[in-house]
Amino acid sequence: MSDSTPHGLHEGPAVGQDEWVARHAERTLLRGGPLGTLEQRLRRVPWWAWLILFIAAFSLLPVFEQSGYVRRVSFDTVLYMLLALGLNVVVGWGGLLDLGYVAFYGIGAYAYALLDSDKFGIHLPTLVAVPLIVAIGAIVGLLLGLPSRRLTGDYLAIVTLFFLQLFQTITTNGDSINGHNVTGGPNGILRVDPLHLFGHDLAVQHGGVFAVSYLYVALGVFAIVFVALRYVNESRTGRAWRSLREDPLAAEAMGMPVNWLKLLSFGFGAAVAALTGTLFASLSASVFPLTFYFVLLITVYTMVILGGSGSQAGVVAGALIVGPMLEVLRDASKSRVVFFVALVGGLVLFSRRSRGLGIVALATLAVGFALHAILGAIDSSWIAGEHQGGFAGVVDHWVVAPAHLARWIQPASYIGLIAVVLLVTLVQGRLRLVLLVPTLYLAAFVWENVMLAKPEPARYIVLGLMLIALMILRPNGLLGERRVEII
Amino acid sequence: MSLLELDHVDTYYGQIHILQGLSIRIEPGELVCLLGGNASGKSTTLKTILGIVRPRRGAVRVDGEDVTRRPTSYRIARGLAIVPENRRLFAPMTVLENLEMGAYLRGGGAKEDFERVYSLFPLLHERRSQLAGTLSGGEQQMVAMGRALMSRPKLLLMDEPSMGLAPILVEQNFEIIKQVHESGVAMLIVEQNANVSLSIADRGYVLSTGRLVLEGPAASLRENEELRKAYLGR
Repeated sequence: MSDSTPHGLHEGPAVGQDEWVARHAERTLLRGGPLGTLEQRLRRVPWWAWLILFIAAFSLLPVFEQSGYVRRVSFDTVLYMLLALGLNVVVGWGGLLDLGYVAFYGIGAYAYALLDSDKFGIHLPTLVAVPLIVAIGAIVGLLLGLPSRRLTGDYLAIVTLFFLQLFQTITTNGDSINGHNVTGGPNGILRVDPLHLFGHDLAVQHGGVFAVSYLYVALGVFAIVFVALRYVNESRTGRAWRSLREDPLAAEAMGMPVNWLKLLSFGFGAAVAALTGTLFASLSASVFPLTFYFVLLITVYTMVILGGSGSQAGVVAGALIVGPMLEVLRDASKSRVVFFVALVGGLVLFSRRSRGLGIVALATLAVGFALHAILGAIDSSWIAGEHQGGFAGVVDHWVVAPAHLARWIQPASYIGLIAVVLLVTLVQGRLRLVLLVPTLYLAAFVWENVMLAKPEPARYIVLGLMLIALMILRPNGLLGERRVEII
Repeated sequence: MSLLELDHVDTYYGQIHILQGLSIRIEPGELVCLLGGNASGKSTTLKTILGIVRPRRGAVRVDGEDVTRRPTSYRIARGLAIVPENRRLFAPMTVLENLEMGAYLRGGGAKEDFERVYSLFPLLHERRSQLAGTLSGGEQQMVAMGRALMSRPKLLLMDEPSMGLAPILVEQNFEIIKQVHESGVAMLIVEQNANVSLSIADRGYVLSTGRLVLEGPAASLRENEELRKAYLGR
């Protein structure tokens, strides 16, 4: 630049200067072009701005969407987001495998149902009941953690699993505890009070449609929980959790009260779950034991893992994806779209570097139409099965769907599909591409003829497939941070 | 009164008898080294001192107080601190956060604690917002040392400070150890590298398969025939 600058001062390493700090900016890998600039701009947006934006967008949803179904699903999604945030404290921050998490959700719901219903004629004001229940949740969480003294992996998983089962047993058989009907047994507790805020009962229905007030209350609770947990994570306790997860022995050697810290994360998770439970019970106006069981547990875990455990934004994103998707998959016509998009998307992602992809796709299509035509010509009942909903026109001429499935076809095609998929993972090169054709077609066949007939298990199978694909492509979840290893 | 005293300690890993009637003590302001080959019980001694393993017999005393049944956090609060073997930093956390964790029991460390560490290791001040896992080996050693000093220890335990460092860094490292020691912190250095550690220590202990085989002033240990043959290679 100027002549007075000693040669090389700004180019090469210099003596007496911390090079790493001086040249730190140069070393950061940045994406170029307008996309890169956008990325950097977006990174500078503070977290609270994202949160406000997100909540604002979410609250506008009912303005554009009048259907009670959509509103109800979005309310459930907010509950899922809350549950995922709570589980993230235990799993993502505390590093503990808690398989009894949904029992705390149940405890919150049942506690609300007992304290605010005609069951025992107790009707606590909402602003008394909810904090009380949150405290109960936290205390039960701490108590459950106490006996499992070392609170490590397998032991904790078994103890918490046992706790979930215990919760089930007590609620299911709680209709005659010493002759008293406490929990209503399998029939649950009915006619639970709605939330009562500022002198008004929050009506669940408004003119026969799901009222939006609950959605807003849930969003408000979500915002509070999100911010509170964020501050906890930024505190000394949050950093202690991180170091504990990173190196328990070193953390202990620094004098951190390891067990107490673990218990604390457990208590926080339980409190959030219990809080969510009160929202659920007040909206549903009833609670049943089986709501709080494995299916829900697996769903919430999927959200946390998919989104990236440890990242608050990540687990919220996980809940936002998985929650509505489970609803979409209930409907055969919509789930078909999801399935085929996922199939094609997965194919593209897995064989990015392969030129054979287009050939495989075309070959699969050709095989499908050919098979369909040939079988249809031999016996028209082979293709007489009905397809419904999206893509039906195309699928009708492509996937073979017999009018009446012979008994052996379902298990045979299913097992056959698993076998072919395994074979595809074993072979390499051209053979793999060739094998992909029957695999894809068989997958479509199984989907159309076996899965769609039973949407309930099919939803979870699709969810499982998504998880497997994600674990291969992004092992830390969508927004999870990559670990830095000491080398 | 000794700062730290192990009194006829027997430590077991399950059925295996590791430390066999070990007795050592460290006076305030002393620099003591504990030597021994592989599997001689050096690390177990440190674990016993910190309470990560509990001895089956014998007593551990800090400032005359029996802490044998007390948890690690209690002992750290009484003035012990450790620089663990292989440093064991919290890799995905920044240098600053690592230091803060060292002072966990004291609420995350006061300003003067950070200043003391930064004046000892100016580099750490420049790197305070860098992730610890991305530092070089020598820098990581500084963080580990700084982290331990954050709790204002009276006795600093060092587990194999020369492990995995280049010879020049080992020398630098021992310079720092000397410096910290001169500021009034007593030290127990556990090492395989007998030569360097004896050169800066006041006294030394030599362990072999869990038993004390030699003890005495560093100068006399350096002259000891057996020790020379076994460890110094001369």
